[in-house]
Amino acid sequence: MDLPVIWFVLIAVLWTGYLVLEGFDFGVGMLLPVLGRKDKDRRVMINTIGPVWDGNEVWLITAGAAIFAAFPEWYATLFSGFYIPLLLILLGLILRIVSIEWRGKINTDRWRRWADRGIMAGSYLPAILWGVAFANLVRGVELDANHQYVGGFFALLNPFALLGGLVTFSLFLLHGAIFLSLKTSGDMRERAGALAQRLAPVVLVVAAAWALWAQVAYSVAWTWAAVAVAAVALLAVVLTTRARREGWAFVWSAVVIVAAVVLIFGSMFPDVMPALDPANSLDIRNASSTDYTLTIMTWVAVLLVPVVLLYQGWTYWVFRKRISADHIPEHVGLTFGSVISRKETEQTSVAAGDPKV
Amino acid sequence: MEALDLARWQFGVTTVYHFIFVPLTIGLAPLVAIMQTIWVRTGNETWLRLTKFFGKLMLINFAIGVATGIVQEFQFGMNWSEYSRFVGDVFGAPLAMEGLVAFFVESTFLGLWIFGWDKLPKKIHLLSIWAVAFATNASAFFILAANSWMQHPVGTVFNTETGRAEMNDVLAVLTNNTLWAAFPHTITAAFLTAGTFVAGIAAWWMVKLVRQGRDDEARTVYRPAVRLGVATMVVAGIGLGITGHAQGQLMFEQQPTKMAAAEALCESTDGASFSLLAIGDLTNNCEGVTHYLEIPGLLSFLALNDFDAPLQGVNDLQTEYEAKYGEGVNYIPDLTVTYWAFRLMIGLAAGSAILALMAMWMTRKGRVSGNRWLARVGVWAIPTPFLASAFGWIFTEMGRQPWVVYPNPTGVDGVWLLTERGVSEVVSPTTVVISMVAFTLVYGVLAVFWFRLMKRYAAEGVADTEKDYSPDNPDNQPDPNDPDAAERPLSFAY
Ligand code: HDD
Ligand code: HEM
Ligand code: HEM
Repeated sequence: MDLPVIWFVLIAVLWTGYLVLEGFDFGVGMLLPVLGRKDKDRRVMINTIGPVWDGNEVWLITAGAAIFAAFPEWYATLFSGFYIPLLLILLGLILRIVSIEWRGKINTDRWRRWADRGIMAGSYLPAILWGVAFANLVRGVELDANHQYVGGFFALLNPFALLGGLVTFSLFLLHGAIFLSLKTSGDMRERAGALAQRLAPVVLVVAAAWALWAQVAYSVAWTWAAVAVAAVALLAVVLTTRARREGWAFVWSAVVIVAAVVLIFGSMFPDVMPALDPANSLDIRNASSTDYTLTIMTWVAVLLVPVVLLYQGWTYWVFRKRISADHIPEHVGLTFGSVISRKETEQTSVAAGDPKV
Repeated sequence: MEALDLARWQFGVTTVYHFIFVPLTIGLAPLVAIMQTIWVRTGNETWLRLTKFFGKLMLINFAIGVATGIVQEFQFGMNWSEYSRFVGDVFGAPLAMEGLVAFFVESTFLGLWIFGWDKLPKKIHLLSIWAVAFATNASAFFILAANSWMQHPVGTVFNTETGRAEMNDVLAVLTNNTLWAAFPHTITAAFLTAGTFVAGIAAWWMVKLVRQGRDDEARTVYRPAVRLGVATMVVAGIGLGITGHAQGQLMFEQQPTKMAAAEALCESTDGASFSLLAIGDLTNNCEGVTHYLEIPGLLSFLALNDFDAPLQGVNDLQTEYEAKYGEGVNYIPDLTVTYWAFRLMIGLAAGSAILALMAMWMTRKGRVSGNRWLARVGVWAIPTPFLASAFGWIFTEMGRQPWVVYPNPTGVDGVWLLTERGVSEVVSPTTVVISMVAFTLVYGVLAVFWFRLMKRYAAEGVADTEKDYSPDNPDNQPDPNDPDAAERPLSFAY
């Protein structure tokens, strides 16, 4: 197989890793207002992804860098062309990261409310916008003869792309609900399971509509296989969420995401950025790096990706236990209010000879 | 303003902002790892308490470092797409390696470290913070490999057909002498930053406790932290000087225009002086510059290890570059900015130096100190290495202008790019303004919270006790008769 093809596949693999893993992170974040009515509940939810969300996000960083290294023209055209959606995604991710990490640092309701808003904004925005972006790649965009995107922002908001956004949104919501039912116990597990059960048929309908549209209008024959796998997997999700087989439900919803990536990348191939006028398309040849660079990068990827999978897998194993509200310790955050620390007050009372100390 | 200027401002603002947090993470992660190692080896609980205290500060800082880093990764494509097309074949590789070698390790093992106190055996848990420390430093290596290539392109040919730079020797890119000077310089700057941070905070607390008559606590808890910070500062400070000198020599060879601009050296001179104070008029050109204070010969020494060596001035260089690369371009970077950024970088090291000397003296031979000045200097020294790093980068990057990829004087023809040619063609100034306003607002708000959180947690001080949650601690063995054992709260939760 030749190198640009290998890299096309590898980049699809990196995106798969990203969407499967961060997909449930986004789902958990989006469900905060739905399943987390009390603070304890929200903390249970956030802590199911606590040790892993940051590692999950690196799949995105690596996918972005891999596009840069392997297909510089694609990187340049895509990110300058999809500027505004990408900006919104970045702002969302920034808010989400600091909100997750800083939420517990200050122990006031107001602080936590703002952190929750940050987590939600940072989950909704990317969950929807990644779908919009990928759907546009499937559909094709307006490129000029120099491979520059000239369509403008509003052309990205076509019906097919918006439906794509709805697909990733609902799919990640479902994926997150299933993940929560798998990683929690007690009441949260129950409610997340029930929600997943209700969501699954809806997702089935939305995703089927988009996949058929994509397949008929923009794709090639062999990706029918991906559509079929997605359909079977979604049916399986419907059944397993009913039966509350949480592990299997998670596996199947992951399979749906994998099949979706195969459909997306399969329908683009051999283009990386199909143009409305096919003569202007960026494909794996005219967008790629030299064979030398691709060879080096192949070695790096072949040696390191398995290692990454190994230790990330191990992390999931270390934190395999379900958690519930009972496992959540009391808040240890401080308050901004009094900077005179606890110790100092004790100290002054000692100095004053306070008999109580 | 044009899209070019806006894009430059945006890149400058977001990157300098990212680099406020980066040096602290790079330096503090290894220091926290050292603290935890001492605890694991000696069993002295003080070091566990210090680990947790500085660990919390590190995590507050880490979050914002990661959040702003993601922007960096995508910005090349968003604002600098033509640059990305030109350099992608060479430049993407180190970025991808950074992701695979550094960021995955960093974020995964940090998760293990934060949440793993009660899940991992002590030694494995300790290894995870060392993995984080290794990875933050490795990430610096790879990103600097990319940056050093822009300063001094090697291992590359120019393909006339595709009109881009193409890599033909990855080892040359990774062994670039510019990289091997910039990497240790940046890392030692990071260690100076973290050392100053640790020593400054610990000194402030030591003084405070001594003044309250709690010498014992000051001696057992904060004095060791002061000493650790000071030791780090001394080693890093010496390293900075040595590597900075090495960089100066390379710069003279590889980027003579940057060197001349940094010195506001207008005419070529033998035995050039190092200028301490120069004032220019607002025209930012040579005629307006007057040097007031100079150290004879030092500049020649810095560049060539020889106090009498000849150096080229700005005017000669402009003529030379016009002949080589074409007329109609000003090849001389902004004199005022480069001149002052260079001096501020070096000068601000004084903050750390004063703290190091005072702290070393006042804590000599087991002493603790209640000297108010030590506490003040401790606090005021903390921001100085941050600022020095920022000016170092402003100098490095502004001094590279008007090139975004600086022509290698001994390199291949065609592997160079003017900054104005690198900017995205399809992105309108309005779009850049929107994004710049958005980033500036969000970053501004986050900076306020970052500062307040850091200050608040520093002011809280080291906890009186810390529990050892590790599963190899006999106290933590689950009691088989206790039905609630499985319901024990997590050692840490958000
Ligand atoms: C000398 C060191 C250095 C420099 C010059 C830069 N960074 Fe950085 N970066 C780091 C050192 C670092 C780090 C220490 O590894 C960070 C900072 C805090 C952190 O969490 O990791 C980080 C975080 C960080 C992240 C998030 C990583 C994660 O999720 O774990 C990304 C994507 C980048 N950076 C990318 C960049 C890019 C594209 C830069 C070039 C403009 C850049 N950084 C400059
Ligand atoms: C974190 C440390 C860094 C800081 C503080 C920094 C600072 C800056 C500043 C101030 C500018 C604007 C210069 C000007 O417009 O005159 C700039 C531009 C730029 N820098 Fe850096 N930089 C850093 C690291 C990097 C790295 C690691 C890379 C590449 C891997 C890089 C690539 C660029 C590019 C592409 C530009 C835009 C073109 C230009 O204006 O020169 N920078 N940087
Ligand atoms: C004796 C003192 C120092 C000397 C001689 C020195 C020299 C230099 C030189 C020549 C450069 C430019 C490299 C280039 O553009 O090619 C540089 C860059 C830089 N300096 Fe310094 N420096 C000194 C002290 C410091 C201090 C105290 C800090 C921070 C705490 C610092 C941080 C930086 C940083 C972050 C850069 C940009 C990154 C890089 O190019 O390595 N330097 N320094």
